[in-house]
Amino acid sequence: MSHKIVSKRKLSENVFTAEIEASLIAQAGKPGQFVIISINSEYSERIPLTIADADPEKGTIRLIWQRVGKTTAELADMKADEKIANVVGPLGKPTHIENLGTVACVGGGIGNAPLLPITKALKKAGNKIISILGARTKDLLILEDEFDRISNELIVTTDDGSYGRKALVTEPLKELCQRDQKPNQAFVISPAIMMKFCCEVTRKFNIPTQVSLNTIMVDATGMCGGCRVEIDGKPKFVCVDGPEFDGHKVNFDLMMKRLDAYKDQEQKAYEQYKEHRCKIGLDK
Amino acid sequence: MTDEERQELLKKQKTDKLTPADRYKIPPQDMPEQDPVKRRSNVNEVATGYTETHARLEAMRCLQCKKAPCIKGCPVQIKIQDFVAAICDGDFKKALAVIKENSLLPAVCGRVCPQEVQCQQTCTVGLKFKDPTKAVSIGRLERFVADLDQEEIIPTVAPETGMKVAVIGSGPGGIVTAADTRRAGHDVTIFEAFHKTGGVLVYGIPEFRLPKAIVQKEIDVLTEMGVKIVCNFVVGRTRTIEQLMKEDGFDAVYIGVGAGLPRFMGIEGESLVGVFSANEYLTRANLMKAYDFGKGADTPIVRSKKVAVIGGGNVAMDSARTAVRLGAEKVYLVYRRTEKEMPARIEEVHHAKQEGVEFHILQSPKRVIGDQNSRVTAIECLKYRLGEPDESGRRRPIPIEGSEFQIDVDTCIIAIGNIANPLIRQTTAGLEFNKWGNILVDENCKTSLDGVYAGGDIVLGAATVILAMGQGRIAAAAINDYLAKKKQKS
Repeated sequence: MSHKIVSKRKLSENVFTAEIEASLIAQAGKPGQFVIISINSEYSERIPLTIADADPEKGTIRLIWQRVGKTTAELADMKADEKIANVVGPLGKPTHIENLGTVACVGGGIGNAPLLPITKALKKAGNKIISILGARTKDLLILEDEFDRISNELIVTTDDGSYGRKALVTEPLKELCQRDQKPNQAFVISPAIMMKFCCEVTRKFNIPTQVSLNTIMVDATGMCGGCRVEIDGKPKFVCVDGPEFDGHKVNFDLMMKRLDAYKDQEQKAYEQYKEHRCKIGLDK
Repeated sequence: MTDEERQELLKKQKTDKLTPADRYKIPPQDMPEQDPVKRRSNVNEVATGYTETHARLEAMRCLQCKKAPCIKGCPVQIKIQDFVAAICDGDFKKALAVIKENSLLPAVCGRVCPQEVQCQQTCTVGLKFKDPTKAVSIGRLERFVADLDQEEIIPTVAPETGMKVAVIGSGPGGIVTAADTRRAGHDVTIFEAFHKTGGVLVYGIPEFRLPKAIVQKEIDVLTEMGVKIVCNFVVGRTRTIEQLMKEDGFDAVYIGVGAGLPRFMGIEGESLVGVFSANEYLTRANLMKAYDFGKGADTPIVRSKKVAVIGGGNVAMDSARTAVRLGAEKVYLVYRRTEKEMPARIEEVHHAKQEGVEFHILQSPKRVIGDQNSRVTAIECLKYRLGEPDESGRRRPIPIEGSEFQIDVDTCIIAIGNIANPLIRQTTAGLEFNKWGNILVDENCKTSLDGVYAGGDIVLGAATVILAMGQGRIAAAAINDYLAKKKQKS
């Protein structure tokens, strides 16, 4: 059974969103979970993507992805009504949602996408939401309006100061932790390096911090172990033990190294694809 | 053996004049295979199969023992002496029909069963020569007749019963359960987590040992029979067993989800870049066709120069031989006991050596060493000696203190088995498990839940294709029985 793309649009230079038909996943999916997709069955690779939103009645899920390699580029080149051969999920453990009081929801780059349904659920559970969204530059900031609607307070930062405050997210996060009413918990989803530094901030203030890890996966049901990370010095599988972990226990340095395991080959594949799409005129 | 001698044997065979002495004189028929040097650079099947002459000569080596000790060695009790006799007579159709009474996947089992510890271990001919490799090559004969079977016969399906069966997992156990329950007229759906069917037969066992087309043929038969197949469906996540039974109308469920999580050694450096579970390495290479990366396939795989594979089973051999085919200059197989204790099929060990895999026995890694980029540069091993037999009956490996030494490698593949996948346990209330997380079943493969059956690796821990198949058959019979009673009541 393949999955029709109902709609697709560009959110920023390299970030895209699509609503796709996947009724069972739309029904079963919970905040924090993800899917594995592969565009065709013969030769496509399997990549994990987080579920940004779901409409159980319509039977669709929303995916948001960043164009970083061949598969994400190929996906970005697909149009409405085209079909993705395989979408499997929802995978991973759902986020544990409860009323914790005040929570800091920190998103960076594409991490805003998986953070949104978690933040919505935290809001629904009665939490006071303070959101911090960071991007390299204004054009790369996504989902600001959506976060604005559900946050009691929203802080936006850009690295270059083109929008919001010129800072890394760690700065306002630190200030938040220094307030009298500091957050009871933080949820951080962003590139690994940013999660690492956010965790270093919250550790100093003893604020429990949940992170969601986005490692390389193949089957994503526990079978291959390619996604393993070190948590408190012990190996854990992101696909079945995660994707969320206590950020203070994650060995981010090793995780980042593992993320780069296929860097050269991935780059080569992406270059080949760019050349190919140039030849067939897709880049026009 | 000359042509004349061969004709003489056939004549004797026809007139029932073949004596045991004649039979013992027939040399064991070697399996034709691809040249070891050539096959190092392709993924085509290594053993190319018996010809008719090979098969009939090999079959004539069988003494047709009255007690047929071989059958006792077969997990599904194929009537071995009958099918071998049919091959002697040149009646290959009959031979296949005899096998199919007990086994649904002869083309698969003929290739992957560990015959030397099953049917061929108890073979009188092998015992006579005091060498299991000189036993009648039952597996090769099984494969021979299965491969001849060009026109696939679609088994008859009984009239529709209106009862629904869910089979979780499309591996060997699932295929058999689906076939047998569908034959009884039930409405059967297989749920597979991957995007392709076949389970371990397609993600784990490499093409050079079991061509994917053989597995696909079996799946096609199921489809022809009316079995529905749903891929990309993770039971426990997409739908739970409870939902399948209470909301989706399934009357019975068979859980054949396989082994689950790869076992790691728990040593320092095991998460370094360049350390893989055999499952990951093989899945990338087989299912995802990473050997074609850059030539169509999008899934990358590490292109190693020096590889250490840890383990002594079939999966270790498969990994080592895959590494060879992916262009590794040196492939070391590191095993903490000796070759005698290796659980791998003798043929796989033999093929691995032929292809240049270097065996490091009585050694095991103590830690994995990496560079500043966390990439593997070496493994530090300890030497071992064998002590008293342990609970598995094999002699226990004992590390020799102070014997540390290093092997320079850029890749380390861990092939030391699997532990149970926790997904079904986490999502199915009332299902009982043992302390290792394997599902508890009775002699009919029934679990603690009504209408729910299980078999294969998720029940047995590490097992074989044939054992999974055997349990699938038992479970299917029990499911058919259960549903017949259920129907009577309603």
